Amino acid sequence: MAFSVPASLEAELDELTTHYPVKRSASLMYLHALQEHFGFISPEAIAWTARKLDLQPINVYELVTFYPMFRQEPLGKTQIKVCRTLSCALAGSGALRDHYCKKLGLDPHKHVPQTTPDGKYTVEFVECLADCGNAPVVMVNDDLRGKVSLAEADRVLTQ
Amino acid sequence: MAEQFKLVLKNADSPGYTPDMECYLKHGGYQALRKALATAPRDLPDGKKLSPQEVIRDDVKASGLRGRGGAGFSAGLKWSFVDRRSGKPIYLICNADESEPGTFKDRQILHKDPHQLIEGMVISCWANDVKLAYIYIRGEMPHGARILNQALREARAKGFLGKNILGVGYDLEIHVHRGAGAYICGEETGLIESLEGKRAYPRIKPPYFPAVLGLYMCPTIVNNVETLAAVKHIVEMGPVNYAKLGTPNNTGTRLVSLSGDVQKPGYFEIEVGKVTLGQLINDANFGGGLKPGRTLKAVIPGGSSSKVLKAGEVFKLKRKGADGQMTTVDVPLLDLPYDFDSLQAAGSMSGSGAIIVLDDSRSMVETLANLSEFYAHESCGQCTPCREGALWLAKGTHRLSHGEGRKVDAEYLLHIAQNIQGRTICAFGEAAAWPVLSFVKKFREEFEAHGAAAEAARKNSTSAGTHQH
Ligand SMILES: Cc1cc2nc3c(=O)[nH]c(=O)nc-3n(C[C@H](O)[C@H](O)[C@H](O)COP(=O)(O)O)c2cc1C
Ligand code: SF4
Ligand code: FES
Repeated sequence: MAFSVPASLEAELDELTTHYPVKRSASLMYLHALQEHFGFISPEAIAWTARKLDLQPINVYELVTFYPMFRQEPLGKTQIKVCRTLSCALAGSGALRDHYCKKLGLDPHKHVPQTTPDGKYTVEFVECLADCGNAPVVMVNDDLRGKVSLAEADRVLTQ
Repeated sequence: MAEQFKLVLKNADSPGYTPDMECYLKHGGYQALRKALATAPRDLPDGKKLSPQEVIRDDVKASGLRGRGGAGFSAGLKWSFVDRRSGKPIYLICNADESEPGTFKDRQILHKDPHQLIEGMVISCWANDVKLAYIYIRGEMPHGARILNQALREARAKGFLGKNILGVGYDLEIHVHRGAGAYICGEETGLIESLEGKRAYPRIKPPYFPAVLGLYMCPTIVNNVETLAAVKHIVEMGPVNYAKLGTPNNTGTRLVSLSGDVQKPGYFEIEVGKVTLGQLINDANFGGGLKPGRTLKAVIPGGSSSKVLKAGEVFKLKRKGADGQMTTVDVPLLDLPYDFDSLQAAGSMSGSGAIIVLDDSRSMVETLANLSEFYAHESCGQCTPCREGALWLAKGTHRLSHGEGRKVDAEYLLHIAQNIQGRTICAFGEAAAWPVLSFVKKFREEFEAHGAAAEAARKNSTSAGTHQH
């Protein structure tokens, strides 16, 4: 299927571009919007962003490889980010992550995002999510969940 | 008993409070902005005249407000460094990256009381002749970004933002910019590069001080969310009253994030220096003490980058006596007032106001391995000592904590950390080195014992191996 950005999204991004005196500044916001729409950042999305912002594709590509939130392949429908950092580790986030990996047949030793073959879930170990008082913290798509027990962790998988 | 003092979070945490404009206005919202815009010029004793904007800048200086993002630098002084003669536009950026591990206080303001931040920003922008400002919010706060955008729309509709604000002929736009998951975007020059649409590679200072060569090489102010929110209160209550809160040189209130091994982790607002570390950890009003049967082992007092403090440590602090003379007094760890100067005098820092408590069930080796992995992951990679050193620290602590280390690893870790600090473009180098230096120096026996045990185990297994032959 040919890469195509819906007119409404393009209009939204054109408006965003006006927020900055220098177009290049808008590139992170473009990548967020494109990732939200397409699920990941494809080479076509990089080329499109570069064209829109008068950049070389490499200027956009180097952002995709630098910022951990950008993905170059489709992820699962439900994205589970388990916080790895100290306060959450003290509260047992390692066990949470192992639990998810075991249940979903993923490798608990890998920190990078791993997706189940059926494309339903992606599990990732991420750094501090700035909610350490509610450790252990898990982010499910856009939503944070705090003080996550193993039972609560399972509920994420059955919803 | 020590208590919280709610100023910045007074409304946010009151029952039924919502983040919309209507609720904010009902709670006296945007009155401080009206007051600021109506500021009269001020005559100084030396015959000089301050413009209304200069009056606000002067008031912020007089309030004693110190940056809440990490370094605790005087906000008024920072503003006074802005190059106002360059003819270039001046930008203001609110640092809402909140990425220092252990910190979760800006999140409270951003999500629950966005208008308070916006009001503080509009006042700060007006006082500094800023026409365009940004809120750089970390990528993992998508709801926060939506809430801010909604609040900005409401502020525009009410004439608190946009063209000709409240009819005084002042124009200002504020936009939300989202990060994308890199800790280094919290460092102000990395943040600026990121806002320019590049990798968040920090810039070297000098020459790239934001106040002179910041965003688009124009003078730029970068302030933390909590710092900008405090500006609203300084205007509202006046700098003298604001400075009465807290303690001398450590004025106002501060949001403290408490996590780790306490009964009641959470965030608290205190008058700076009016509550001690021990009260924050143990009082029923705050952390509620350690878990049953546990004793304190160590405290990380100001975010993961701050140097760890060991239970039982006693620090020499300078105090002004009743007679005005400075004397040196011994202050035990738990009696340290939680403020900028006391924590610094104790050899650490209050940093981002994040306290992580460790009890006697914790291995310092494992704890440091966790932190070092964070820094290895987050180094931006520009400077060799940081990029390579942070990785070596992570590998060294990892092998120690996995029973594969050596006794000399303690020394090896110190050596690496010493060769990172002071040799890098940005303060991330120190942030990666300080935990290592302090953990290993203060808990050396534990690190060496881990290494020695691993060596002994290896020796046993090789001699067992020879036996079989
Ligand atoms: C590695 C590193 C990470 C930082 N992260 C943050 C952050 O997440 N939020 C923040 O406000 N300041 C952070 N800072 C401090 C900023 O560079 C800057 O000093 C601060 O935003 C200034 O605001 P203030 O003067 O109001 O504190 C960080 C600094 C370093 C060196
Ligand atoms: S000290 Fe580390 S994070 Fe800072 S610029 Fe150098 S490599 Fe990047
Ligand atoms: S350490 Fe997990 S949210 Fe901060």
